[in-house]
Amino acid sequence: MAAQDSVVQKEFLTAGNHYMDPPIVNLKLAQDIFDICRAMSLWPVTFGLACCAIEMMATGMARFDLARFGAEVFRPSPRQADVMIVAGTVNKKMAPAVVRLYEQMAGPKWVIAMGNCAISGGPFKSKDNYGVIEGVDTLIPVNVYVPGCPPRPEGLLEGFFELQRQITGKRWWPVAAAVEG
Amino acid sequence: MQVFMQHILPLLIAVVGAMIWLGINALLWVYCERKFAGHIQRRPGPFEVGPHGALQPLIDGLKLMGKQLVTPDNADNVLYWTAPIMTMIPVLLLYLPIPYGPVLTGMDVNLALLLILAFSSFNGLAVILAGWSSNNKWGVLGAARAVSQAVAYEIPLLLTVLAISFMTGTLSLVDITNLQAGYIHNWFIFKQPLAFIIFIVAMFGETNRAPFDLAEAESELTAGFHVEYSAMGFGCFFLAEYGYMVVMCSVCSVLFLGGYHGPIPGLDGWWWMVGKTFALMSFMLWVRWTYPRVRFDQLLNINWKWLLPLATANLLATALIMKL
Ligand code: SF4
Repeated sequence: MAAQDSVVQKEFLTAGNHYMDPPIVNLKLAQDIFDICRAMSLWPVTFGLACCAIEMMATGMARFDLARFGAEVFRPSPRQADVMIVAGTVNKKMAPAVVRLYEQMAGPKWVIAMGNCAISGGPFKSKDNYGVIEGVDTLIPVNVYVPGCPPRPEGLLEGFFELQRQITGKRWWPVAAAVEG
Repeated sequence: MQVFMQHILPLLIAVVGAMIWLGINALLWVYCERKFAGHIQRRPGPFEVGPHGALQPLIDGLKLMGKQLVTPDNADNVLYWTAPIMTMIPVLLLYLPIPYGPVLTGMDVNLALLLILAFSSFNGLAVILAGWSSNNKWGVLGAARAVSQAVAYEIPLLLTVLAISFMTGTLSLVDITNLQAGYIHNWFIFKQPLAFIIFIVAMFGETNRAPFDLAEAESELTAGFHVEYSAMGFGCFFLAEYGYMVVMCSVCSVLFLGGYHGPIPGLDGWWWMVGKTFALMSFMLWVRWTYPRVRFDQLLNINWKWLLPLATANLLATALIMKL
């Protein structure tokens, strides 16, 4: 349903299609400023599905502190949130609720698929699987995929940075050096 | 022309000043709240957006302006959009009668206290409208809680204010401030300590702040009365909440902490007023991030079983002493 290429997906979600009203005044500069503002205050929906949500909570806690990048405001109401972190296993019972939450969010909105379950079904992807959706991108468009079972909090932070890069077209924070071995 | 220069012009300046002051306060306190929350939980809080995250509230505000406005299906369109405006407008008015200095008073009316108490109840009405008109069960539940809470906590608040005006014989904030001039022992906190405590507790209830933020209890009601508001609709409620907090803290510092008078004579000025208000605001944030939310029956029990009898006793005692 959703294309895998993140560039295509950005077009999918910005103004000009039915997900959001087109801006009344469309000035390049104003849009750029708004884009930076959007990237710098990504409020997530309070919403976790399985074990990955624990890592999502850890990201908000003292050691990793999502608040440093202005994204700690977990809004309980989807209307006030900007980004949906699908953290965990989406099963068939939960799927309608996830789609509904996504549709209730006010645009512009983004989705981060966190963990292997949300990306592809993860450990549940087998020929006997009867209850788990194999990838949340079969339900809603996904902007950033954060792999891992579960991903480390640094991984989720990196996902946020990637989302900021997609919104503004620029990487804002330094890239961490690779660890040897 | 004469009338204009004497009456209208100062009022206009005061209104514009109040708007600026409200804006500054909202930005400052959103930032402080997130920083306080961070430091209380041993994390830095907003840090990367601007120096130490100082641009964060501004960026959030701009983002909220750029978001989509959603009106839910079957919502009452007129009432739904009246509510956020109705909660914002009275806040501006509330700043006018507060004396920030001997000259820095927007509007010296002799019923200032009554005016503030009357217009701050507009907030309750706006909350009810918001919850009711958004056609959402969480919204209605939040509104219902807000009504019973507002009705309950208004009473001890009024009774403590009454005790002060029994003592002073006036409802004008300027007069009340001037009666506390001189040394620190003239502050009414030392003459009415019980009233001060009751006022502080009722203040939390009135402004819907944690631990009494039952109207928007996130864990039970998602976002309570503003659950359906996106973008600036939500932003208005947010701004107004901080606005009311600052008003309540200002009133508290005028009533009990001497307003713009310093602890010793000769140092009076607006800096005292601002300092006291901000100290009280910080106290509110501190409480918010320290205590868990009370249950609803506990909330009402605190009010009807403790605050109300205590406030009544305090009022009667004040009346008796004033009579003797
Ligand atoms: S990816 Fe792993 S950790 Fe995350 S929800 Fe699935 S099973 Fe749990």
